[in-house]
Amino acid sequence: MAVKVLIPTPLRQFAGKSDTIELEAKTVGEALGGLISKFSELRKHLYTDDGRIRSFVNVYLNDEDIRYLEKEKTPTKDGDTISIVPSIAGGANL
Amino acid sequence: MHTLYLNEVLAAQIRAHGAETYPHECCGGLLGVDGEAGREVRALYPLVNRRDDSPRNRFSITPDDFRSAERVAREAGLDLIGWYHSHPDHPALPSEYDREHAWPWYSYIIVSVAKAEAQAMASWRLADNRVRFEPEKITAILIAEAKAAAPEKL
Repeated sequence: MAVKVLIPTPLRQFAGKSDTIELEAKTVGEALGGLISKFSELRKHLYTDDGRIRSFVNVYLNDEDIRYLEKEKTPTKDGDTISIVPSIAGGANL
Repeated sequence: MHTLYLNEVLAAQIRAHGAETYPHECCGGLLGVDGEAGREVRALYPLVNRRDDSPRNRFSITPDDFRSAERVAREAGLDLIGWYHSHPDHPALPSEYDREHAWPWYSYIIVSVAKAEAQAMASWRLADNRVRFEPEKITAILIAEAKAAAPEKL
């Protein structure tokens, strides 16, 4: 399925300065995997060392958070848009 | 070292937000421009700290808040260039928790607040390999003024 992945500003420097990458993928996970195959520097910012999507990385298929769908197994169809939307978090070390 | 241009009016607003929410952490977006002339904050987008469970030492900006900040930046003809938050009774140094949750490229301003009074302010950028934050020099000179003073440097 031909899908678009929207790249948030902080990651564009690692994706050839693009804001949109077009890929073929049957699932959201496959699309993200394709993205990382193409741009390996994205891996550490999107995934933990044990291969899970980082908690502050929100992934939407069209307008729905994939956490409420089938997560990375969510199937895609032609023309779908996958958005990577940051959460911002932090705080003092206490 | 990267430089972040931040005028005193905006710096004072960040300090005031931190003092207002003390002893809880405040947070907000930095709207501005980032280009060959450097990175300059032109407006703030104060937000509500969504960490109701631990607001004294944690802050959270949700995806909806993020999208709201992006929309406001776009409508103002600016970019979303970073974030600010406060450290109540703690230095303006990024913590391990800050590092684990940070995004590259953004400027992260931290203001230390002690007993409801703002103290030091510092800005940081996450290294591309995520292993540390690198300090970013905050200067109050506006880009336009800096260009006028030394055009060959910018």
